[in-house]
Amino acid sequence: MNHLLTVVIAGLLSLTALLALVRLYRGPALVDRVVAADMLLATMIGAVGAEAAINRHATTLPVLVVLALLGFVGAVSLVRFAAPEKR
Amino acid sequence: MTPPAGTGPLAPGQPVAVDWALSPIAVADWLGAVSLVAGALLSLAAAIGVLRFPDTLSRMHAATKPQVLGVLLLLLGLSLRLRTLSDLGMIALVGIFQLATAPVAAQMVGRAAYRSGRVDRRLLDVDELAEP
Repeated sequence: MNHLLTVVIAGLLSLTALLALVRLYRGPALVDRVVAADMLLATMIGAVGAEAAINRHATTLPVLVVLALLGFVGAVSLVRFAAPEKR
Repeated sequence: MTPPAGTGPLAPGQPVAVDWALSPIAVADWLGAVSLVAGALLSLAAAIGVLRFPDTLSRMHAATKPQVLGVLLLLLGLSLRLRTLSDLGMIALVGIFQLATAPVAAQMVGRAAYRSGRVDRRLLDVDELAEP
């Protein structure tokens, strides 16, 4: 069961990351790239979590917490850079 | 060849143990596996939406709602397979961060997209931010 689960989830998440990378490459504007990068990071959260679930270890759980906050900070700062607030 | 457990009368001396018994641990494992696959499928659906949708706002819709649900399902699968209290706390922390930060990030991205004119007006029913 573990082997099949590994293959299925790795395939699905790899395809997800590939599609997000295509959108990241094609743009066309910075906000689209921010959306795609946020998605890529969420896919990474899913992949790290799925790896921990399949191998039953908890060593990468702090990495999940850091990734969850990092995506938010990255998206917000890039968007503020793209469209500054009106004064 | 012995008949499958549970179908025939027990032969004398045949072990009664059924190896795929539905113990709570096995149920949690299978539910965790199903949650993992469902979360990965939702992530894939979100990626297809991000790639195929026509403008930034609809892409953002795909990147926030199915994506967050997919990550939450993956975290549910992780917690169903780890089953330790301290691990559950940290996984719940990740889930709460996702739920709290995704709307804020989506709102800021949407505002930036609107202000920089990355909105396809033909796809909008009503534009509540338009100047009167």
